Amino acid sequence: MATLSKPKFRWHIAVFLAPAVLVYTAVMIYPLFNTLRLSFFAEIDHERVWVGLRNFRTLFLDPVWSKQFWNALANNFWFFLIHMAVQNPIGIALAAILSSPRLRFAALYRSAIFVPTILSFVIVGFAWKLILSPIWGIAPGMLDAVGLKFLYQPWLGKQEYALTTLALVSVWQFVGIPMMLIYAALLSIPEEILEAGECDGITGLSAFWKIKLPLILPSIGIISILTFVGNFNAFDLIYAAQGALAGPDFSTDILGTFMYRTFFGFQLQLGDPHMGSAIASAMFAIILAGVCIYLFGIQRRLRHYQF
Amino acid sequence: MNKARRNPGTTIAAHGALVLYTLIALFPVFVILINSFKTRKAIFREPMALPNTESFSMIGYETVLKQGDFFLYFQNSMIVTVVSLFLVLLFGAMAAFALAEYRFRGNTLMGLYLALGIMIPIRIGTVAILEMMVATGLVNTLTALILVYTAQGLPLAVFILSAFMKGVSDDLKNAGRIDGLSEYMIFFRLVLPLVRPALATVAVFNMIPIWNDLWFPLILAPSEETKTLTLGSQVFIGQFVTDWNAVLSALSMAILPVMILYVFFSRQLIRGITSGAVK
Repeated sequence: MATLSKPKFRWHIAVFLAPAVLVYTAVMIYPLFNTLRLSFFAEIDHERVWVGLRNFRTLFLDPVWSKQFWNALANNFWFFLIHMAVQNPIGIALAAILSSPRLRFAALYRSAIFVPTILSFVIVGFAWKLILSPIWGIAPGMLDAVGLKFLYQPWLGKQEYALTTLALVSVWQFVGIPMMLIYAALLSIPEEILEAGECDGITGLSAFWKIKLPLILPSIGIISILTFVGNFNAFDLIYAAQGALAGPDFSTDILGTFMYRTFFGFQLQLGDPHMGSAIASAMFAIILAGVCIYLFGIQRRLRHYQF
Repeated sequence: MNKARRNPGTTIAAHGALVLYTLIALFPVFVILINSFKTRKAIFREPMALPNTESFSMIGYETVLKQGDFFLYFQNSMIVTVVSLFLVLLFGAMAAFALAEYRFRGNTLMGLYLALGIMIPIRIGTVAILEMMVATGLVNTLTALILVYTAQGLPLAVFILSAFMKGVSDDLKNAGRIDGLSEYMIFFRLVLPLVRPALATVAVFNMIPIWNDLWFPLILAPSEETKTLTLGSQVFIGQFVTDWNAVLSALSMAILPVMILYVFFSRQLIRGITSGAVK
């Protein structure tokens, strides 16, 4: 806390800053670095011993561990890709429709579409689990009604579909966020620009592609990085729907559930805080890399327009 | 989309798309709610039908109220959310004021330091947080959760609030100084009331993630007395997984408080997001 000390130490600045800085440092920054530090230790004979990079060697190279790690990482990337390919385009499309002028009931639609976002993962996970369940039969019943019953599968119970299904459930839950952010960006485009385009004969869809989309690219960048950080930090939905084992047969395991299992243990395996820290460190590196790519690679190249 | 003004076809298509998506968004909630009021037989025979006099039943709710301590869970969630929000707003506003109002060495650096946490999730530090809470005896207390959520909310709060506080007129503050108000009085009496809309935005942003969080209650406070509503419903549903009435009622009871809050605050929430506070 550097304060100007020459004329007179201004105590009030320190007083204003102290509570936030103390809580933030003690509960967030210090544990973060402590976790990174713990990943270089292991417990041997009830004592914490420095083992250097051994945990990471185990994580990346040991056949049992590395299989789980790469599986979780690959699943996590797939989870993220589905969000980028489904959630964000739907969000943008909904925002574009909502922002059309003089649309009636716009506020009503907006509020209704945002409802899933406010629900907890526990509710969302179980609600979809029940709806997709072959026992209850809502999903097969609805497919039957439109003559597509043959398409039905117990999606959450099949290895090849479970992860994609959960990713789509998560998309359903969070589509409101990109929708709102893009909606705000679209509203801030000045009317004159659109009218100028109209004079040149650019209206409707081509106005969206040629004028609006380039102008909202920075917002699309923000929702992409928010999605990235959120996805590589996800845990709750998988845990609520499939449990800590992320079944069937780890096919829905992502880094969050993998770290939880490693840290806390499950069934016969004991929890291991040091391996848990190693996974947390790997997650930290991935998220940091993503944020850096965004800040230095993408955000700087995007053109920002000032109105 | 100026064509929409003239072309009724486009307008109908727009409404069609929005209605369709609204149905997709609300359908699961609707199904859960209506079935929670039905008998077990009716749940399975006609899952899409509204409850009528014949199929109406509250048996699920009775099980939930008898078996689970949902009022305690609700109270815990309330305490954690309200106290964390209060601390985030108070500490966040104080720090934001210091950063926005005074020029001192290290100001920019401090701003960057506090902004780090916007992008780095606090969950990464869970292992060390748990160790710290065990060492200080805070494990299985609501205080542990409050501390974590306060730390988690501060970075964005400082970021948003300091942007707003830069807009508060200097003349007003200087007039206060000439009248002999201390810096603390200027903050609490003059600046804080003026940034109330921004405070509301920050509060609404933080409220939902805190209320819905499953990770930290599961790890830091899983004991029966400190379970939050989210964790409580997760555990309850896990135990009663074959009792469909109880599961559906528990889900409905977990949905209800959030929906009520949402009805009250949705305008604030949407205004907060669309005002560009997160840009």
